[in-house]
Amino acid sequence: MARCLYLGSFLFTKIVNTPRISMRVKTCLIKTWTPHSQGKTAKCSTFSNILIKINDMYSSSGKSWLLTSSDFYSLSEEKVIIHFINQDGIRTTTAVTEGQTLLDVVVNKNLDISGFGACEGTLACSTCHLIFDKTFYEKMEPTVDEEMDMLDLAYGLTKTSRLGCQVTVQKWMDGMTVQVPQEVRDAVGSKGNQ
Amino acid sequence: SPCLDAKVCIVGGGPAGFYTAQHLVKVSDVSVDIYERLPVPFGLVRFGVAPDHPEVKNVINTFTQTAQHARCSFHGNVRVGKDVTVEELQEAYHAVVLSYGAEGNRTMGVPGEDLAGVYSAKDFVGWYNGLPRNSELRPDLSCETAVILGQGNVALDVARILLSPVDILKKTDITQHALDALAESSVRRVLIVGRRGPLQVACTIKELREMVNLPGTRPEMEASEFEGIAETLKSLARPRKRLTELLLKAAIETPGEEELERRNRAERAWGFRFLRKPLEVLPSTDLIRAAGIRLAVNRLEGDGEGVRAVATGEVEDVECGLVISSIGYKSLLIDPAVPFDARKAIIPNTMGRVQQTAGLYCSGWVKRGPTGVIATTMNDSFDTARTLLQDIGKGTLDVSTVKPGSQGVSALLEKRGVKPVSFSDWEKIDSEETRRGEIKGKPREKMLDVGEMLQVARA
Repeated sequence: MARCLYLGSFLFTKIVNTPRISMRVKTCLIKTWTPHSQGKTAKCSTFSNILIKINDMYSSSGKSWLLTSSDFYSLSEEKVIIHFINQDGIRTTTAVTEGQTLLDVVVNKNLDISGFGACEGTLACSTCHLIFDKTFYEKMEPTVDEEMDMLDLAYGLTKTSRLGCQVTVQKWMDGMTVQVPQEVRDAVGSKGNQ
Repeated sequence: SPCLDAKVCIVGGGPAGFYTAQHLVKVSDVSVDIYERLPVPFGLVRFGVAPDHPEVKNVINTFTQTAQHARCSFHGNVRVGKDVTVEELQEAYHAVVLSYGAEGNRTMGVPGEDLAGVYSAKDFVGWYNGLPRNSELRPDLSCETAVILGQGNVALDVARILLSPVDILKKTDITQHALDALAESSVRRVLIVGRRGPLQVACTIKELREMVNLPGTRPEMEASEFEGIAETLKSLARPRKRLTELLLKAAIETPGEEELERRNRAERAWGFRFLRKPLEVLPSTDLIRAAGIRLAVNRLEGDGEGVRAVATGEVEDVECGLVISSIGYKSLLIDPAVPFDARKAIIPNTMGRVQQTAGLYCSGWVKRGPTGVIATTMNDSFDTARTLLQDIGKGTLDVSTVKPGSQGVSALLEKRGVKPVSFSDWEKIDSEETRRGEIKGKPREKMLDVGEMLQVARA
């Protein structure tokens, strides 16, 4: 049993650290193989411990390793996939952990959304304005007055708008798409709302 | 890349200047120099944002990052138009962006405006925020009633600072002399007066909510001024609807027991007055000070966006000792080489390109007029930066010639005995202000004197 786990995790880590294999495939692999925080069994925790040991072995032997120890630790947590569409319609996919706000995600992942989060999440501006799909919007905690007050000033406000600094990533948001208002530039280059 | 040796100069170290610089260095290789008249940067973020709104000032962190960027440098204590001309800047740089904001204010244009006790909101805000030129304002707060003309966010800031408990203010970066004056203030009632009706108030809901929740105060308004307003609610867009609902609640709704008790205990009052326009500030018997204000009564004509205030011929006098006009800031012409629309008080431009002048751009209030929050200016500044970069890309802005940039300007300034303040010099001022504030439990104690700022900067 131990030998099978060792081989499996060895192959797994090799795949995860091959640059040619797309992030999407790796993310699927990580989500399938890494133990979930719920229903954790002794077998699963041994598995992730083995992953960590392998990683440490390789790190200390001086071989180049594409994922760091802390990546491994964070990989063992559930990742939520969220898609961001920026002001030019460009889509970026992120795999993030629960518990951070969408503003944290934009900042930590250095996403290319111009002028996002000017007041650093203190409900003093509306630049972290994000537009959600109706189904996800309706599942979220209702907006409190203080958020609504700032949201009311946002450019391109919709019925499914929220401030990113007030929305916390949760598991059920897996696969969600959020976007900022799209900018359309006409022939003379002046901004309009799509 | 054509931008590699391109040198851009920005006139004005406030939000417009910094956001324009931020975008330029982020998406291209241009070098940017920011010139600012005062030794200290950040413009209205430092001198306009209310002391009890510290979160709004978080943008300073991103400005600091920009100033510390390898291709950006800050030059304070340089007065463009006096120490160096715009023409000289155009010779030294490939492009000049004018982002110097609005340092003047719209006047009421009524008799008595020059009496003691009458101030522009711009000067009053500058006074409590430590703007050096307003440090000697010494407003007289020994009267019971203050009348503010204008109903935008600046008017509400002034009302809130006049009525806030000193215990709250003393933990902010409000200047010490303002804190001392407010602690001795006799002002107990503030009227916020506008030309048009409740549906046209220019303030936003956050500021109104702060007034409604202000400890030790109660709202005092005439129900008659809100006739017919409740019926319009269902047709309003959400932002205006929520704002109007809150206004109605404060103005005419019967409060619950707890709120009623709170209001009865409150020693200070505030209220909006509508459909009133100033005709004259009435003098005291010794003709030196304001003792009241004469207001024309209006009615509204038209509807929707086209609503206009029209005089009815009726007149009303209100007794007061403090009059603050908060009817708008105004940009000024700082250099004859710059085209200027005196009627609109902005630099004529198309998407940030100054008309009829190649290589000259503008961003912020001097481009669009003095309205909007920091985020509005941010987007506007990004737009100007994009326009400038587009012009480089298209070749309409020639960056192929070699330009001396800040070295050329430094030589001129040295000849004229002007010593610029660098960003690290500002950081010495910043540390000293923070240190002085810490002693008093405040985020900082601002220096009020340019001479003192320069002394600390050079230390």
